[in-house]
Amino acid sequence: MACNSTGCESGCYDREKDNGSKIVEDAVVTQESVCVKCKCNEPMTFGDGGSEDGRFCAECFRNNVFGKFRLAVTSHAMITPSDNVLVAFSGGSSSRVALQFVHELQIKALKNYEASRDRSLPVFGVGVAFVDETAAFPALSTEMIDAIEWIRSTVSSLSPPAKGLHVVPIESVFGSDSLDPRDRLVKLLDSVPDDTGKEDLLLHLKMLSLQKVASENGYNRLVVGSCTSRIASHVLTATVKGRGYSLSADIQHVDARWKVPIVLPLRDCVRQEITRLCLLDGLKTVELACRSQSGINDLVSSFVALLQEENPSRECTIVRTAAKLTPFYFNKIPETDDSNVPMATQRRLKRFNLKYDGSMTTEAFCPICNGPQNRSDSSELDYFEEGQESDALYAACCSSCRFQILPQDGSSREQFGSFLPDHMISQVKHQKVNSQAYLREKIKDCLLLDDEEVV
Amino acid sequence: MEAGEAKSKRAGGSRLCCICNKRRPVLKRPKTLQQICRECFYEVFEEEIHQVIVQNRLFKSGERVAIGASGGKDSTVLAYVLSELNRRHNYGLDLFLLSIDEGITGYRDDSLETVKRNEVQYGLPLQIVSYKDLYGWTMDDIVKMIGLKNNCTFCGVFRRQALDRGATLLKVDKLVTGHNADDIAETVLLNILRGDIARLSRCTSITTGEDGPIPRCKPFKYTYEKEIVMYAYFKKLDYFSTECIYSPNAYRGFAREFIKDLERLRPRAILDIIKSGEDFRIATTTKMPEQGTCERCGYISSQKWCKACVLLEGLNRGLPKMGIGRPRGNGNGDNKHTKAGSTAKSIESKQCGSLDF
Repeated sequence: MACNSTGCESGCYDREKDNGSKIVEDAVVTQESVCVKCKCNEPMTFGDGGSEDGRFCAECFRNNVFGKFRLAVTSHAMITPSDNVLVAFSGGSSSRVALQFVHELQIKALKNYEASRDRSLPVFGVGVAFVDETAAFPALSTEMIDAIEWIRSTVSSLSPPAKGLHVVPIESVFGSDSLDPRDRLVKLLDSVPDDTGKEDLLLHLKMLSLQKVASENGYNRLVVGSCTSRIASHVLTATVKGRGYSLSADIQHVDARWKVPIVLPLRDCVRQEITRLCLLDGLKTVELACRSQSGINDLVSSFVALLQEENPSRECTIVRTAAKLTPFYFNKIPETDDSNVPMATQRRLKRFNLKYDGSMTTEAFCPICNGPQNRSDSSELDYFEEGQESDALYAACCSSCRFQILPQDGSSREQFGSFLPDHMISQVKHQKVNSQAYLREKIKDCLLLDDEEVV
Repeated sequence: MEAGEAKSKRAGGSRLCCICNKRRPVLKRPKTLQQICRECFYEVFEEEIHQVIVQNRLFKSGERVAIGASGGKDSTVLAYVLSELNRRHNYGLDLFLLSIDEGITGYRDDSLETVKRNEVQYGLPLQIVSYKDLYGWTMDDIVKMIGLKNNCTFCGVFRRQALDRGATLLKVDKLVTGHNADDIAETVLLNILRGDIARLSRCTSITTGEDGPIPRCKPFKYTYEKEIVMYAYFKKLDYFSTECIYSPNAYRGFAREFIKDLERLRPRAILDIIKSGEDFRIATTTKMPEQGTCERCGYISSQKWCKACVLLEGLNRGLPKMGIGRPRGNGNGDNKHTKAGSTAKSIESKQCGSLDF
């Protein structure tokens, strides 16, 4: 507690104001002059007009943010000694902090490893991935080259332990045997009529390219630096796009519906904390012009910013509300019987084992956004014609992707389908087969003929 | 539905209504952006509402139904369309108008005149219930006491009960209100912003209160506010078009502005918000309020006293913050009980309504 009297005996550490004037004995000090947490250091003032300014000292502030990160990692078994972790790095502040924190965790693990006698716990591996979107934004190619240079030097400065850097061109989603991937990407994006849909499709492609580089290079975790603020925006954009059912899948700490599970260790940190931390620790970031949004996504960002002005804790309330929605069975790291995984990790995974009934595991996923679909929505899966791939695509997609991403008429849709990455199309076929098989399973004990003629 | 959208905009040369292809289009439909003629607009507007009523089984033949009528565009159009559909499709309903007088000068007194005219124009019997009679306070008195923040809370709570009491007076089986798609979308957003998961799970229901005194439903759940205005405009319906004078300070204003901007970008987003609200995965084991009755007046309540009684108590004792926000500890000497559990106190207060349940 701050006091203003030189005769104070509580032992608090009082400081004079910078302008040299001594605090008048009877005047009330309006601002705390010690950190409210440790009560010994001088509080940091960021002067950014944000909340909670001038309350914590640099150390306590930093420990607070890192503490939240570490708690998320340990309680959700995000990173364990046997893992090989790929950090998605965009150059922005959140992913920069995520990279920094993961690096610090790794250093600590290395120190423990070297200090331990039996060397039982290995140090997890860390790689960094940057998605190069030049193919989608050709005008930004010089900016991108500079950014990549900067990223290269930043990553190499984060060693030891050394980290592999993977610069992933976004057109790599089409696979190495695609004829002219850049051109194909441009054609794909141009055939999307809606601006917001175009933006969202690009995001889905980005995730696909990250998944590709992760699985091809032996990573088993993908760290994404999404913070509370980003998730708050996502809650609202999902709501206004009619994606209320799949929302709870996207905002948890763990998203294991992908081949390489995605983890969000900064989910409980707000952007203000992250920006301040970058300032405090001198972490440089790069803002690429292609990050700017348009359409609905931009409208929602502005809306959230407006709400924040009115009440700085609004973002947290939004995420807290959405966190009360029921997650899916894949929103946790799957249990494993792998003997390479340390017992402590296995125990931790078991602790979060939630009971789900079997029907949950036959969730259908939209081939474009990978959103789980309400069974009643996907009841149209049966109506498509044989060989009519575009209609199969329409039937398999969620209503949001149908509206904002798929072209409206049949022939454009067919063309669009031909441009899509093979991985997405194979999802459609996979679903087609799956739904029939699923229904057959349910009724097979009543079927008299056991060959496929009976449909 | 989206088929007509971009197509008809570019094919500006086809100067015919999208639907009938006979008449000249006079408007662009807000929901779908189709260019259609007046008659087709009336038809799709009325037909969509009829489908909502039928598919959701809102009414049964022979029911007595009260229409919450404020004199504004939603309730006027509701009264008009409902009596029309009742006739056209033989719903077999006995319709009434029920109006609440909150005592807001320069707003409610004017709109009530509109409702009285509606009674004559549509031939529907009218019942007016006033806050002054029920609670002994008008909204103007309340605002004088508590200021311009949180007054919507008082008005909303009081109105809900007032509607139920009015419905009892009329001996009706059901209440219909003119809540439209925009209203419901705003409510979904508000509940997300304010952290109310329990309300979030209920607010998209088209029928509510089935286990309470009077069930109420919202036939306009999927009807756009803009289309309601359009209908009233073209049909030259008599309605009162001013907003409540206290509304600029409401938090709902944030959500409303946002939805207006959203509608401009993507008209179907309003329905998408409602769809999201319906699809949210909210566990049925989520702590829901337990239903009981108010000790003071007998109205339905999840606490010892219903919210209206709590608020009234606060007003009568000159404690404007009672019942607003989270329960507070005993700050000053005056024993503030936000949950008025101590019935030992005998306060000279104005009666909470002359009707007991």
